[in-house]
Amino acid sequence: MAASPSISIAIVGSGGAGALTTGDSLLETACDAGWHGLSTRTLGPQIRGGEAAGLLRLSADPVACLPDHFDLLVGIDWLNAHRFGAEIKLAPQTLVISDPRGGELPPMVTQAGARVVEVPMKEMAKAITDGRPNMIALGIAARLLGFTPEQALAPIAMRLSSKGAAAIEASKAGITVGFGAAAGIDFDMQLPAPKPSSARRWLLSGNEATGLGAIRGGVRFAAAYPITPATEILEWLAPALTKVGGALLQAEDELAAINMIIGASFGGTPALTATSGPGLSLMIEALGLATSAEIPIVVVDVMRGGPSTGIPTKSEQADLNIAVYGMHGDAPHLVLAPQSVSDCLFTTQWATYLAETLQAPAIVLSDQFMGQARAAIERPADVSFIGARTVAKDITAAYERYALAANGVSPMAIPGTLGGQYTADGLTHTQRGTPTSGEGDHRAQLDKRRDKLEQFNYGDHWSSIEGDGDLAVVTWGSVTSAVREAIECAAADGIKARLVAPRLLLPARPEQMTKALAGVKRILVVEQTHGAQFHRYLRAHYDLPAPVRAFNRPGPLPITAGEVHRAITEWR
Amino acid sequence: MSKAPAAPKVANLHDLLAIAYQIEIDAVDRYNLLADQMETHNNPELVKVFRDLARAEGIHGEEIRRMAGDFDVVNHARHIGKFADDSPEEADLGSAHYLMTPWHALQLSLKGEERALAYFTSIVNTTKDPAVKKMAEELVEEEAEHVNLVHRLLRKHPEPSKNWADDLDPPVSQE
Amino acid sequence: MTAVDTRNVYKQADYKSDVKPIWCPGCGDYHVLMSFTRTFAQLGLPPEQVCVISGIGCSSRIPAYTNCYGFHGVHGRSLALAAGLKVTRPDLTVVVASGDGDGYSIGGNHFLHACRRNVDMTYVVMDNHIYGMTKGQPSPTTEPEFDTALSPGGTRVRPFHPLVVALASGANFIARCFSGHVNETADVLVEAIRHPGFSFVEILSPCVTFRPDEKAWKDLVHPAPVAATNDAAKAARRIMTDDGFNLGILYRGNRTPYQPAAGGTHTDLSQLEKDFEL
Repeated sequence: MAASPSISIAIVGSGGAGALTTGDSLLETACDAGWHGLSTRTLGPQIRGGEAAGLLRLSADPVACLPDHFDLLVGIDWLNAHRFGAEIKLAPQTLVISDPRGGELPPMVTQAGARVVEVPMKEMAKAITDGRPNMIALGIAARLLGFTPEQALAPIAMRLSSKGAAAIEASKAGITVGFGAAAGIDFDMQLPAPKPSSARRWLLSGNEATGLGAIRGGVRFAAAYPITPATEILEWLAPALTKVGGALLQAEDELAAINMIIGASFGGTPALTATSGPGLSLMIEALGLATSAEIPIVVVDVMRGGPSTGIPTKSEQADLNIAVYGMHGDAPHLVLAPQSVSDCLFTTQWATYLAETLQAPAIVLSDQFMGQARAAIERPADVSFIGARTVAKDITAAYERYALAANGVSPMAIPGTLGGQYTADGLTHTQRGTPTSGEGDHRAQLDKRRDKLEQFNYGDHWSSIEGDGDLAVVTWGSVTSAVREAIECAAADGIKARLVAPRLLLPARPEQMTKALAGVKRILVVEQTHGAQFHRYLRAHYDLPAPVRAFNRPGPLPITAGEVHRAITEWR
Repeated sequence: MSKAPAAPKVANLHDLLAIAYQIEIDAVDRYNLLADQMETHNNPELVKVFRDLARAEGIHGEEIRRMAGDFDVVNHARHIGKFADDSPEEADLGSAHYLMTPWHALQLSLKGEERALAYFTSIVNTTKDPAVKKMAEELVEEEAEHVNLVHRLLRKHPEPSKNWADDLDPPVSQE
Repeated sequence: MTAVDTRNVYKQADYKSDVKPIWCPGCGDYHVLMSFTRTFAQLGLPPEQVCVISGIGCSSRIPAYTNCYGFHGVHGRSLALAAGLKVTRPDLTVVVASGDGDGYSIGGNHFLHACRRNVDMTYVVMDNHIYGMTKGQPSPTTEPEFDTALSPGGTRVRPFHPLVVALASGANFIARCFSGHVNETADVLVEAIRHPGFSFVEILSPCVTFRPDEKAWKDLVHPAPVAATNDAAKAARRIMTDDGFNLGILYRGNRTPYQPAAGGTHTDLSQLEKDFEL
């Protein structure tokens, strides 16, 4: 995938400069013209007017992670831009466009020895009626990347369509001026020609993909309590669910949200909620209820920096522990983790299917990086994973909701079904569902709930397993794409490695993992946590047949392909 | 609960001088607060405007200290009553905006000076103390000059276009 | 497809399950169960169309003692669970059962929002002014001077006014009953269920084990002196100044119940996917 040439751009600005809009617009321009790309943002702590940077990476092939350094940095102004020093790494060959009146060059520019070209964007904008410096910047970037002013204007015109022709004219003039100003600037990078493809392509965020995946999987009810960085899932679902005959209800808190989806699911409607770490903590009790009462639900956790309130606007992978171990008692359940913006759709759909089929709660561990990144992807194929709950109908004999069954899944009577009346309970229960403290029933029901998950055939989707070599690099979630890119770079150095990235974290798949690691001589575990949660999870659930090294570090910075590449090459 | 009086009581000349001094100091603090806000929100042009306004008010405060002569107006200001809400020259915090322009800041300043002018005029019209009345009349003159000064500054900073507050980037959810 | 049931007359016994309640003999909740079954029979509701949702506590055990669909959920969250159920299954009759601990303490926040949201359901709180299941701690309605192990000498904290809170939050029907008056309570519940929107019925239900003093309730309760009003402020004043033992329907509002528009189950997702296309 992404070892092919790519160009990475950062647009920096503050106080209403519109840096993010500029970055997003460039991504759309590139994708409309046939390229692939990924964009993310990084922001100051203010709610409005803060310093902001749009970060994008463009390529002829799908892009799933950010680069080790940026090739082009456009500074609309440099106010407080030093904040982004750790995230916007430059190289001596990076081209920096700077407004001489935009403030002092930040250390990340001066220390990298990058080439600086001054363009008085603010002055140029002032000469245009309602001119804006970011349109000048957009024009400059567009030319350097090989786009036309028309291509650059199109996404902006769409955004401004409600503001009238004058606003669009002003932007057009700005882009044209910027385009002209870039005429003499040397930028010797060029994107390879876009690959012609018959596949339909989409541009969307991981959170949007999550919402659509849920609906494809059959979800028709969502309960919502907003939390960064998950809120967009719920805001996307609100009108979307209505369009497909479903509904979204805003809850007063996460405790209400998870109980609402349990109620909706009890009534027969596949249901989902989305939250982040602090919300998942609140939901743990009710997840146990859904486990015990065997009610299918999907809870998406878009992980952010932790612990506690943590870093709400940054990514991390440290909710693994609570997702896997959070419930009190022995409560086997489903935990899944998408690996990219595109995979957010598939994994959420699959999670819905599994939850419905196995009558269990599924936690989907997404993260802020994937959730809020926008990427061009190929339209995900329609797959047959659509929720298919085993439902009790035409009941003639005394109904036992939790009857022991060969595959552990007992038909569920939906309210309204004659003869199927039962009381769902978090109390340990008999096959009928009546509360009990007897050891026979307790054991039987524990076995049932464990076995139904462990005996299910999950097929090949349980993990990405790619390549071969003495070294296996084991990772999960959004780090997968950085590892994939690192392995490709290592191949150029003559090091061959196998990538193993489980998508299904619970129940563990010991047989399959043994097969996946067969023959390797070294295992490198890579994750974005401080406490090596994934490493410990692997040791707890799996035999690791070779020496293990762990490369883990916490957020807020994403793990880069370069870091993983170094870890690979340092361990020969 | 009885309502606090809108303005502190002016019993004598010392009270008036102390109140006049406090009005300037309140204005200094308020303009500096606004300058801090502008700094945090990356509006350097307005940082300068508000710091300049704060400095100007500071100078006015010093003038009142001079007019007070030997009387320790700073100490007396600590002991007199306060205005119930904003004191006359405190710029309205609710009118601040991260994209505000010098014209907006000067409008706030103009309103402040006009309020101070009205306040001292009311003292002139209501006081029975001749010393207070004389000083209040001087203060009215001073404030009238300040009003004119702001008008002159406004001529250098035209009203911005109607989309001065447009920001294509959306607000950020920080938590 | 559910089997078509041609019975249209149900007996009280049709709504009782064969599960023997764990409540202490003398508990007011036995009477409440009787009122429930009488109510459902009066309304002629097929048992499979009724859902009784509860939280945790003695009162919350009631779903399993009925022959309806039930959910014995986690402590304090029954109203949320019921909202998710009713909004997706408006065809069902949803009754929520709780106690003064489950409903007013841990459930307090959900109580406010359920009244505010006004989804069509009936909320029955069996109030015994104590935490019974956990053996006698004070609840938000316990008298401030009532001595308990957890609050020696009494809590010294003013009790909650649940009916007034319900009014202020937007509940559409408010009544107070006494468990011992089984028929009258059933009549009120019938009206509560029939009344659109969020109906709140507080049933004073003595706890024989931890509040033996509540035996006196049967002599303290009395019918409310005036008929129900549809004026919320008037109702609030009446309730705030009553002695806590006024029985009857105290408020009937006319808010429109909250129910998202029912659509079909369209499975064509192309409209959603169009927005992503490049």
